[in-house]
Amino acid sequence: MKKILFLLFISVTIISCKKDEVIPPKELPMPDVIDTTGFLEIHIANVVNGAPLSLHTSTYVSSANDTFSVDIFKYYISNVQLVTASGYTYTEVESYYLVDHSQPNSLHLMIKKVPSNHFSSINFTIGVDSTRNVSGSQTGALDPLNDMFWTWNSGYIMAKIEGHSPQSPEPTKKIVYHIGGFSGKFSGIRNVSLAFPNNADVTKNHIPILNLKADINQWFVQPNFSNFSTSYFITSINQESKDMADNYANMFSVVSVVN
Amino acid sequence: MKKALSILFISFIAFSCSVDPEIKPIIIEDEIKEVVPEGWPTPVYNFSNNPLTPDGFTLGRYLFYDPILSSDNTISCGSCHQQFAAFANAGHDISHGVNGLLGTRNTPAIQNVNWLPTFMHDGGINHIEVMPLGPITNPVEMNETMVNVVAKLSASGKYKQLFTKAYGDDMVNSQRIFKAIAQFMGTMYSYNSKYDKVKSGEESFTAQEQAGYTLFVQKCSSCHKEPLFSDYDYRNNGLVAFADSGRAHITGNASDRYKFKTPSLRNIEKTAPYMHDGRFYTLDQCLNHYVSGIVSTPSLDPLLTGGISLNTQDKSDIIAFLKTLTDTKFLTDSRYSEIK
Repeated sequence: MKKILFLLFISVTIISCKKDEVIPPKELPMPDVIDTTGFLEIHIANVVNGAPLSLHTSTYVSSANDTFSVDIFKYYISNVQLVTASGYTYTEVESYYLVDHSQPNSLHLMIKKVPSNHFSSINFTIGVDSTRNVSGSQTGALDPLNDMFWTWNSGYIMAKIEGHSPQSPEPTKKIVYHIGGFSGKFSGIRNVSLAFPNNADVTKNHIPILNLKADINQWFVQPNFSNFSTSYFITSINQESKDMADNYANMFSVVSVVN
Repeated sequence: MKKALSILFISFIAFSCSVDPEIKPIIIEDEIKEVVPEGWPTPVYNFSNNPLTPDGFTLGRYLFYDPILSSDNTISCGSCHQQFAAFANAGHDISHGVNGLLGTRNTPAIQNVNWLPTFMHDGGINHIEVMPLGPITNPVEMNETMVNVVAKLSASGKYKQLFTKAYGDDMVNSQRIFKAIAQFMGTMYSYNSKYDKVKSGEESFTAQEQAGYTLFVQKCSSCHKEPLFSDYDYRNNGLVAFADSGRAHITGNASDRYKFKTPSLRNIEKTAPYMHDGRFYTLDQCLNHYVSGIVSTPSLDPLLTGGISLNTQDKSDIIAFLKTLTDTKFLTDSRYSEIK
């Protein structure tokens, strides 16, 4: 559909160019918009306090000195924008990515149809915008079968950690954080803006790589310090989930931009 | 692309109908189309993003009645939503799921659901297309995952055929499942009751029905608002069941405790038992509750403070009126019945 619309748009543009008599000189090829756009690749390294995340088997120590392991780490990244130093902003359409640490491919995000330019920063959302939370059944990253959609209280789980900690009062020592909410004061949606150490130079023939780090430890540290003996089970939308979203808003940092 | 495909698909169907009668949707007797009865508000859901077709409706109808949607292949949507009961569960205060497990709330009717702003007694589900996720995944209802549902349907020759007819190819995904079920449920229109015919001038109320209607308008219709017979707001009607916080479970607001969505009264004669927990088996019991059974708690609806005053005659008149909301055409319409 998009391609068809796009072609239609191009032909409409051509027609309207003729109407306005702004016909480019014949010897010059028509600008081919499709071919001048490129990609930017994002690689995400999920870590805990700087150490690579390894599900199930590895144990980590939180800033509260709690020992824990991680079984599930999943989150949405959506509505990616790339910004240049002069303020030009490219906004990707249909920009929804589900990062699932158990699926290595999901750690690589390919941002599409990026116009050639020198980008100096990125904006994105952790979670799924409110519109898609109320628009019925979705596909791809937003398919409810990805286990990131609440069935009893419609809406996406923006980010999720499940694991174990000896400090958890839960009988099986589980720690569970399903953070959702797409509107109101307890919303789990957070906007992230990150500056690059050097420009990412996108051309039609060159795909720069943005290396990001997502640190689970941040979920429990700043600005709302928590430990697993008091905060170990969050599966609804309330002050506790909002506090955790305020924390995970800080989990990303830029490692490098490789051109 | 989807629209282009569906146009292609429609023209394919139109073409094939003329050359190959077997491709025709053989189980649709009447035309399936979107309906907005005269004088009704604009529906919340329309089919603009889910083009209504006989084959989409048929796929939804098969899915609705197929226990394949449950973990042990024993419970279908239709197990608890029975057509003769306006798709409520006749005689069950609460319904049985897989392994004989019991739910906690009364099965609601399914009718005119395109006008519903939210689903479930607590309004927790915000869109008709994601509504089936609730019962399919609830451990005490169908106890299944969508991953398994997609896998089971993908492996079925029957569904390969039904998905191809509905969507042009046999790919099964959750969106296609939900949109097809939305086509089936969303076209369950009930607007042919005696009440509707009185409104359109085709029939007249008896004297008792008219007396009941007059009382109803005075005493009931501020919440059970015509023509849908609900305002779809959440209200504490003084039942009080402390185990179920109702709307507060969704909003987290103490002021929403024990509030439940006002149900439509269409086909009320057939949807017993009544109330969110199915505690009342007769309409008389329901009216008696409003007369003398209201329990006052801080979130009690202000309109019900002190109850509703009705004498014995008033009650029988109102019940006579309520029975004019029975829509026999809807309850027996073969398009909505289980496919044998």
